[in-house]
Amino acid sequence: MTDTVTLPNSLRSQPDANGHFGAFGGRYVAETLMPLILELEKVYKEAKADPAFDAEFAELLRSYVGRPNPLYYAERLTEALRAKAPAGKGAKIYLKREELNHTGAHKINNCIGQALLARRMGKKKVIAETGAGQHGVATATVAALFGMECKIFMGAKDVERQKPNVFRMKLLGAEVIPVHSGSSTLKDSMNDALRYWVSNVHDTFYIIGTAAGPHPYPELVRDFQSIIGKETRAQIMEAEGRLPDLLIAPVGGGSNAIGLFHPFLDDPDVAMIGVEAAGEGLDKKHAASLAGGKSGILHGNRTYLLQDEDGQITEAHSISAGLDYPGIGPEHSWLHEIGRVKYMPIKDDEALESFQTLSRLEGIIPALESAHAVAAAEQVAPTLDADQIIVVNLSGRGDKDIFTVADALGVEM
Amino acid sequence: MTDRLSARFAACKAQGRAALITFVTAGDPDVASTPAILDALVAGGADIIELGMPFTDPMADGPAIELANLRSLGSGTKTKDIFALAADFRARHADTPIVLMGYANPMLIRGADWFADQCKAAGVDGVICVDIPPEEDAEIGPALRAAGVHLVRLATPTSDAARLPAVLNGASGFLYYVSVAGVTGKQSAAQASIEIAVAKLKAATDLPVAVGFGVRGPEQAAAIGRIADGVVVGSAIVDIIGSHGDAAAPFVQDFVAKLRDALSIRETAA
Repeated sequence: MTDTVTLPNSLRSQPDANGHFGAFGGRYVAETLMPLILELEKVYKEAKADPAFDAEFAELLRSYVGRPNPLYYAERLTEALRAKAPAGKGAKIYLKREELNHTGAHKINNCIGQALLARRMGKKKVIAETGAGQHGVATATVAALFGMECKIFMGAKDVERQKPNVFRMKLLGAEVIPVHSGSSTLKDSMNDALRYWVSNVHDTFYIIGTAAGPHPYPELVRDFQSIIGKETRAQIMEAEGRLPDLLIAPVGGGSNAIGLFHPFLDDPDVAMIGVEAAGEGLDKKHAASLAGGKSGILHGNRTYLLQDEDGQITEAHSISAGLDYPGIGPEHSWLHEIGRVKYMPIKDDEALESFQTLSRLEGIIPALESAHAVAAAEQVAPTLDADQIIVVNLSGRGDKDIFTVADALGVEM
Repeated sequence: MTDRLSARFAACKAQGRAALITFVTAGDPDVASTPAILDALVAGGADIIELGMPFTDPMADGPAIELANLRSLGSGTKTKDIFALAADFRARHADTPIVLMGYANPMLIRGADWFADQCKAAGVDGVICVDIPPEEDAEIGPALRAAGVHLVRLATPTSDAARLPAVLNGASGFLYYVSVAGVTGKQSAAQASIEIAVAKLKAATDLPVAVGFGVRGPEQAAAIGRIADGVVVGSAIVDIIGSHGDAAAPFVQDFVAKLRDALSIRETAA
């Protein structure tokens, strides 16, 4: 974290002092929360400058999360795509294996970091929002690890759809609070977590699950997730002796993507694609905030949002619960506007296809979120030369999604 | 500009009582019912109208006002309807101030200048934007000031002495003291803690100080009215609209009259 340098002409020096990434980010919260947000910013600055904080974070990532996880050359996927590509085409595809982390996704990296901050601030209670339950499980896990009381806000519809994760959270000692307001999904669970937080600011820390929300959350979540990109950089240098040509990661709020991208932002020869969930198609129900939304203010930050002409938030849709959110982290909005990262929509059916392809070719069942990135790689790799290198962030494992996928494929389990 | 807000606070002060500020959500239960409800607020004795702009994601509101937001949006309320309701109200009630209260996204979607111009044209006197703290003032403050519309700021139990100057810098119209660290309408603060907070705020600003969040009925309104310049009642009125729908106006008027009577007791007893 201490290597987030502030250099002129660097794309890695955002946000500014007020938490803005260009025109995005900021702190759009109720006045009640402002003193706490400002305190968090101060504590985070101190923690960043404290080698002991960094050392404890690194040690927990090693001994508890199981990092570093491998960068794996997906040879069978690469060869299968080359077989369909023109001669000399078909880039080499590596997978960054975040799904091998404890709890099965990248989410835990951020939860460990935020729990350390909560402890530093003297807070003994943590709350979190969750959609499919992955961030909820990761938060409940670190709460158990740190001996903290934990409440997870989860849309009532998601509680019904994700029973195994609800039970996991309960096993880990967390209280799961079903949210019945609004559309009873992820955005509503975030509303209710904010409502609870504003009523309990004195003793409660809010562990936000993605690189969004009021400053300093987008910055600190990015910093905690940047371990993904730092490891990738070292691993690809060891394997290939050079940097990759292209990074691909799925984007809901976008924490795994920004974690992979950020350490490479100042390397002009490394291209990047963030993959948005196009649901049933951009002209139908989808969750692609950049492709189908515009700038607005929600959940503490200015960013691209799915909304109508009056600024009312519209419901997102994706087969992947983790991408089913009408907004995106503010740094992605900025990287999109300056053109540093390209964002590409992938539909439900394309993700479903890649979910099966990767399972069969590599023996890795990806999360539906990650399957969106695999689908993008399948489309892009055949257009690149065979000596080019792509790294795909395999952000999570797909065990949680088998019921959804079976249902979509019409399979009775 | 004729400043209806300061004129109204001054008039209440001259009567020896706090101003009664009543909140309803525009378009709840539908746009057609709202004029009669607004008239009922005035007929019941409300001094200032807070008109809520509905939003799909009202994060600072408790269940009562959240449901009002959903009822309003569900019946098809649009931003243009809200400004039409305000302009229409202004034509019927020349002197009663209106303050729009809501969230940043619906206010700013067409740009702050557009919003400020609409407010001015509709005779809106002030704006409370729940999720724009002083740090983000540039989003809305300059446009409202240029249009002569008050930006009413919120102070809370977490606004300590170090924080308060930032809140007051750029605040106008009145200062809204959110008496509980929480959402609207859920719980009430202890009278003693409100008294201490209001005294501190009044020492720090010449603006009138109004107290809201968790003020449910006449007795509590009267107690707060003895120390504050204004008392805001929202969720309790919104609950009545929730129960009676498009027939709510007479019930609203009856309840508001009780609030107003309670605030006026000091005057008659003196």
